[in-house]
Amino acid sequence: MAYSVLSDGTTKAKATAAADRARRDPMRWVVLAILILLLAFTLFPFFLALLNAVKASAEYAVGGPLSIPRSIDLAALEKFWTVSDFGRKLLNSVVISLAVSVLGVLISLFNAYAIGVGQVPGSRVILVVFLLGIMVPQESIIYPLYYMAKASGLYDTQLSVIIIFAVLQSAFGTYLLSTVLRTFPKEILEAAEMDGSTHWKTLWFVIVPMLRPTLMVLGTFFFIWTWNEFLIPLVMLVSNNNQTVSVAMGLTRGQNMSDPVLQASAAFLGIIPTVIFFLIFQRTLTRGIAAGAVK
Amino acid sequence: MAISSQRSSDGSRSYSLYLIPGAIGFILIVLIPQLANLGLSFTAWKGVGTPRPVGLQNYHRLLTDDQFWGSMYHTLLFIVSMTVIPVCIGLVLAALLFDYVRDQFGEWVSSFFRAGFYLPQILPVTVAGVLWGWILNPVGVINITLKAIGLDNLAQNWIGDATYALAAVSLVIVWIQVGYCLVVFMAGLSRIDPSLYEAAELDGANWWSRLVTITIPLLAPEIFVVVLTTLIAALKVFAPIFVITAGGPDNSTLVPSYLTYYHFFTTQRVGYAAAIAVVQTTLTIALAVIFLRFQSQQEAKE
Repeated sequence: MAYSVLSDGTTKAKATAAADRARRDPMRWVVLAILILLLAFTLFPFFLALLNAVKASAEYAVGGPLSIPRSIDLAALEKFWTVSDFGRKLLNSVVISLAVSVLGVLISLFNAYAIGVGQVPGSRVILVVFLLGIMVPQESIIYPLYYMAKASGLYDTQLSVIIIFAVLQSAFGTYLLSTVLRTFPKEILEAAEMDGSTHWKTLWFVIVPMLRPTLMVLGTFFFIWTWNEFLIPLVMLVSNNNQTVSVAMGLTRGQNMSDPVLQASAAFLGIIPTVIFFLIFQRTLTRGIAAGAVK
Repeated sequence: MAISSQRSSDGSRSYSLYLIPGAIGFILIVLIPQLANLGLSFTAWKGVGTPRPVGLQNYHRLLTDDQFWGSMYHTLLFIVSMTVIPVCIGLVLAALLFDYVRDQFGEWVSSFFRAGFYLPQILPVTVAGVLWGWILNPVGVINITLKAIGLDNLAQNWIGDATYALAAVSLVIVWIQVGYCLVVFMAGLSRIDPSLYEAAELDGANWWSRLVTITIPLLAPEIFVVVLTTLIAALKVFAPIFVITAGGPDNSTLVPSYLTYYHFFTTQRVGYAAAIAVVQTTLTIALAVIFLRFQSQQEAKE
């Protein structure tokens, strides 16, 4: 980004310097070749899944996993889609992840408003306690949650998973938004107060519009994290109709071992949504993960 | 004076109303379950009826449980594949992409590589598990390929043989983790002044010495954060084990999280499972505290 902004003399000087260096450095092609090899190794499993998901079983039996399919055969993809009721799983994942991102962002926003703007007493301690909540292993809360869900009738409902993840992930959201809100321009808040705005109105009409990009990034994160979660949905969502893509994938282990094309299809269908998110949110994700790691 | 102080205490009170949803959620979903788990770790319980208090018996049993110690030992090995190797690969790749590839081939090429290496990181772990299970199983891609090129005796039961299973799972974990390290390190590098590199280059420093003398020292905060977050993640690794090996064969890939899950939901030794979870939580909190301390030190420095 910043790179393209620079169009003055220094960039030109830098560009010529770089070009000079490029000319006298034959190593560059070796380095590039090594990087391409490494990238090929990284992406090869994805490529293999694609290659074999659209292969006829008979062709796999003859040519093995590395042969290029002579024709596109979607039979295995269709079979896995039907057998696993994949459409339903996709819908479940979308509903749960979307609900968690909205609810999670809302809880984070409220918490951060009280901590970052309101500076309620003990803010720092509250923040640390919240944060420990997300750092501890899920194993240490899973059994009581399982028991509570059974007792309250929420067991095997998507609502149980939505509530749990909205709360767990809001720990990170609270942390991130509090640091943002702590540096929110005081003059704007004071001006709003002078105009007779209540805390509630200031939050919705002053702060939320200004934070919209950050809130969207946070929502994206919650969506993808929830999509990828495994242990808690595995325990909570026992019936086939409620399961997410991630759980359905976790449970296919060994089931289709005898049919490699079907397995490739399963992997391929699991990969597709991720690749779509990735293409849409690449910038958001790479920038956000760094922001999350180093404040 | 009186008016303004009353106003501010009113203000602070009404701000604290906004903490109510978050606090209720935290108490119900994190605090109570956490305390309940701690309580359960001092009982014997099958999940039905009333838990029977047994004092420290579960913890005592832990000390002599080979499965538990085995799982802790595997955690140490997974720290290598989750933290040590990905951090090293991530550092070299990040420095290469930032300090060399970007100069030589342009911003676009460097971003392309970063995106490519990052892709496995956002795949659901269970999908990664299905994918690699398909590649590593006895009639999987690797063995078929080895046989096709005449290397029949190199073909192994990668995930079904205790000798290779841990290494096979480690490979998958490295594959997943490199992208995370790379992306954080590259973001860190973007705040380093490029003129430092240029000056070093003019002084005749080669790429390796720039990595050692500039990149690594200046990336210290990012390295610390990545090391701690991946250490914490290594302590609770679960899904890849569940999907690829289920802890087997012969417990050779067993980890504490899987052992806990197994005792909670298969053997119904709830109290014992709770005790393992408490040990895990304690270790994680210790690491988290170090992490927070470090961050507030950094803030103080700024």
